[in-house]
Amino acid sequence: MKTCRTHLLLCAGTGCVSNGAFEVMRSLEEEIKRHNLTEEVSIVATGCNGFCERGPTMVVQPDGIFYQRLTVDKVPHLVEEHFLKGRPVKELMYTEAKGRPPVPRMNDIEFFRHQVLIALRNRGRIDPEKIDEYIANDGYAGLARILKEMSPEEVISQIKKSGLRGRGGAGFPTGMKWEFARRSAADLKYIVCNADEGDPGAFMDRSILEADPHSVLEGMLIGAYAIGASRGFIYIREEYPLAVERIKRAIRAAEEYGLLGERIFGAAFDFSLRVVRGAGAFVCGEETALMASIEGKMGRPRPRPPFPAESGLWGCPTNINNVETWSNVPVIILRGADWYSSIGTPSSKGTKVFSVVGKVENTGLVEVPMGITLRKIIFDIGGGIPGGKRFKAVQTGGPSGGCIPENKLDLEVDYEQLAEAGAIMGSGGLIVMDEDTCMVDLARYFLAFLEDESCGKCVPCREGLQRMHEILDDITEGRGTMDHLVLLERLANTVKKASLCALGSTAPNPVLTTLRYFRDEYESHINEGRCPAGVCKALIRFSIDPEACTGCTACRKVCPTDCIAGERKQPHKIDPDRCIKCGACHEVCKFNAVRKT
Amino acid sequence: MMTIKLKIDKQDIEVPEGTTILEAARMLGIRIPTLCHHEALKPYGACRICLVEVRAGTARASTLVASCVFPVRQGLEVTTDSDEIREVRAGLLELLLARCPGSRQIRELAGEFGVHETPYTPRDHLCILCGLCVRVCDEIVGARAIDFSFRGQALDVKPPLLTPAGTCIACGTCTTVCPTEAVKLEEIARVPYGHAVSETHPGERCRVCGTHPTKPEFPANYDDWFPK
Amino acid sequence: MDPETLERLDCLIDEAGLEETDLIGAMQDIQRELNYLPEEAMRLVAQKIGVPLSQVYSIATFYKTFSLEPRGRHLINVCMGTACHVRGGVQILEKLKRILGIDTGGTTNDQRFSLEAVRCLGCCGLAPVIMIDGKFHGKLTQKGLDRILEQYE
Repeated sequence: MKTCRTHLLLCAGTGCVSNGAFEVMRSLEEEIKRHNLTEEVSIVATGCNGFCERGPTMVVQPDGIFYQRLTVDKVPHLVEEHFLKGRPVKELMYTEAKGRPPVPRMNDIEFFRHQVLIALRNRGRIDPEKIDEYIANDGYAGLARILKEMSPEEVISQIKKSGLRGRGGAGFPTGMKWEFARRSAADLKYIVCNADEGDPGAFMDRSILEADPHSVLEGMLIGAYAIGASRGFIYIREEYPLAVERIKRAIRAAEEYGLLGERIFGAAFDFSLRVVRGAGAFVCGEETALMASIEGKMGRPRPRPPFPAESGLWGCPTNINNVETWSNVPVIILRGADWYSSIGTPSSKGTKVFSVVGKVENTGLVEVPMGITLRKIIFDIGGGIPGGKRFKAVQTGGPSGGCIPENKLDLEVDYEQLAEAGAIMGSGGLIVMDEDTCMVDLARYFLAFLEDESCGKCVPCREGLQRMHEILDDITEGRGTMDHLVLLERLANTVKKASLCALGSTAPNPVLTTLRYFRDEYESHINEGRCPAGVCKALIRFSIDPEACTGCTACRKVCPTDCIAGERKQPHKIDPDRCIKCGACHEVCKFNAVRKT
Repeated sequence: MMTIKLKIDKQDIEVPEGTTILEAARMLGIRIPTLCHHEALKPYGACRICLVEVRAGTARASTLVASCVFPVRQGLEVTTDSDEIREVRAGLLELLLARCPGSRQIRELAGEFGVHETPYTPRDHLCILCGLCVRVCDEIVGARAIDFSFRGQALDVKPPLLTPAGTCIACGTCTTVCPTEAVKLEEIARVPYGHAVSETHPGERCRVCGTHPTKPEFPANYDDWFPK
Repeated sequence: MDPETLERLDCLIDEAGLEETDLIGAMQDIQRELNYLPEEAMRLVAQKIGVPLSQVYSIATFYKTFSLEPRGRHLINVCMGTACHVRGGVQILEKLKRILGIDTGGTTNDQRFSLEAVRCLGCCGLAPVIMIDGKFHGKLTQKGLDRILEQYE
């Protein structure tokens, strides 16, 4: 590796790339060449740095200066000023709000300041396609240690002591899971990495695989040694092409280095790994469905017991953990269980990666210690709600989770606290909602999603979700009655209690939590025929406020049904009979004259 | 073989390891209703009608499990009938009754749990998607002529590519196991026999007995014919 | 299907592997190669891997990746993630349906576009977002869609 004075860590995560990160990179390369700085300044395309809202982003090392919203036309000035003349460019730095002074260093920015990076330790720091960079940052040192110094039982006891719990959803203690698989006697055992990340609004696994694929491989190797597995699978969504590519490349590199294969590090330990691409089924995130899919069948869950630790892939003992869980493992081995368990709450140790998305200022990926409050995540790190709107709720845990209202924002996030509030930790999606989000519509959205993704095997999930969806359609379209609410709750309980797998048994959660915290919104839809947030099409009407309308004609031009009439500079009018309520006029109006009532 | 002691509806019983709760209950003569279960086939656990309450030794709360798939455990306490169980079964039967309002068997079972009408908009299926026909065709006959296709509410039982599967031998076993008479065997036109959930498989009368339907090219050497 | 295509598929399946566990991967490769799964391809893969046709058909209809009808030259995936939903993803999908004159899952008559609603694409910072042929277009408004579609012939 060449030693340079300055390293530019340019984020090449999906968010930044679609905002032009590669164009910026090419321009940087040209400008650096033009100023003869190639020997001094190197550019590293890193995995996702997390601050997607401000992409493309770049960190200048060693000073830690953070640049954001880079564009090609700003690059010449940046290179000349900062890298030639040594004067950081203030205009490209982060500011909290207009008129506030810029924050030059990444670690001083609120978004980054509260984060504790374990699973994401290498994000934005290394080139994910180079195994040497991972190794230079303590990579595979954990594996070396266990193979030299520790017995499988010692590894398991470390993981148990660390308090690590599964990061994929249910939060089952990882060490215990490994112990079950270790105890199952068999010639052949399997290890699986569940990278079929499916919760809408959660993208931490994708980010880890794209930014630091070797951390997952190392975790799996450690797990394989601990339980005595010799073969492994990574089951990853086909919709994540970059992550698939990176993990395949990482496997090849590890094979070349002898980190995968036979007699790893000269020890009596063989392990081989294969990538299986998921073909588009949310239910394959459920472990028994995932295994069926690896075996080449429809991804339909089967009842447990037997658990995969006794009888998994092709009837062999199998241990499945998700991406984030695996990437935590090497650090626990290296830094010790005591260090890890000193972070977090009594029941939930370590950190958790959350994707903070929706109606929030700083959309992005954050890793924070367990026990942090939701308020801190949403308002300090996330920067609060944009456009001066009011916070309404935060949805955690994806379609299996629940909506948490404002009066519970000081809840300290861990598995138990979230469960108490009717939600779950899930994979860590936090979807922030403001006053413009209709909670009945949201419940309907999740049901529609799950109804579509249900495998259809068991009666409560297949038939029940369909009927719950129908009831919510009735309510959001103005046909609801109070009897519907009683039926909805009863049916939700049947589905919850009777479903075969977790997809079905957690599916009613969004409905049950919105009924618990936002019942008034359901009642407004039913009793007043009104959608308070102005979302449910059948219950809203678009009109133009003649006082506010300037007659700019913007709405008239975008209306797909030509139902807006009016002369230039005269107030316009919407013909309600022909309006299809697409909202295009509302979207383009700069004067807030188009009203939803 | 190890034996397991447990209690079902307060009665003690000792059964071999690996027995399901349903099997153990039937040994005691306790009736648990089922729709997707058949003694000859592997347990499946899809209709959920056979849910029972189980409580393990020290646990305070009981949980609902499908008795057809849940293996017995040492010291388990099982309750096969309670208000909660009846309520959940009734909830499931309301859903099935809405799916198959024309099925006599579903109507009868629903009636047992006090369900005489359904609060949902009725559809007009006969098939409850219990998978017995699919499984018997796979596990017993070995032909795998029909299977599930699509998923969720679109789930259906079909021959592949919606054309009669070459592997169907018109044995009619699927019609025998179907709990709701959704699969029918009928003589179409003069010679060929047809059956399936919604599609037709051609066949003809057996050349030997003249009574049973068979596949036209059914060979003399039965064993060689099967794909497995 | 012409013999050349069949030969190509034969090679694809060989490369993917001939165990049952390779079945879905082989089908994914065929889908990518031909943009859909024709009947002959399904029969071929069943025969080569040695599984009943019914299993291949089940998989082809169970997983969303597969299409039994030919898809258009460009595939528009509209993200249906929660972040996109609360930021107006539904309006974007509705608008696309109106522009293209097709429903979700459909293909335009000129075979130019196919439209699919997909699970969260995991780039919520760009919500609402669509992906056309693997390229992301984010922070969409109804107004800007025409111009994006113009880029694809």
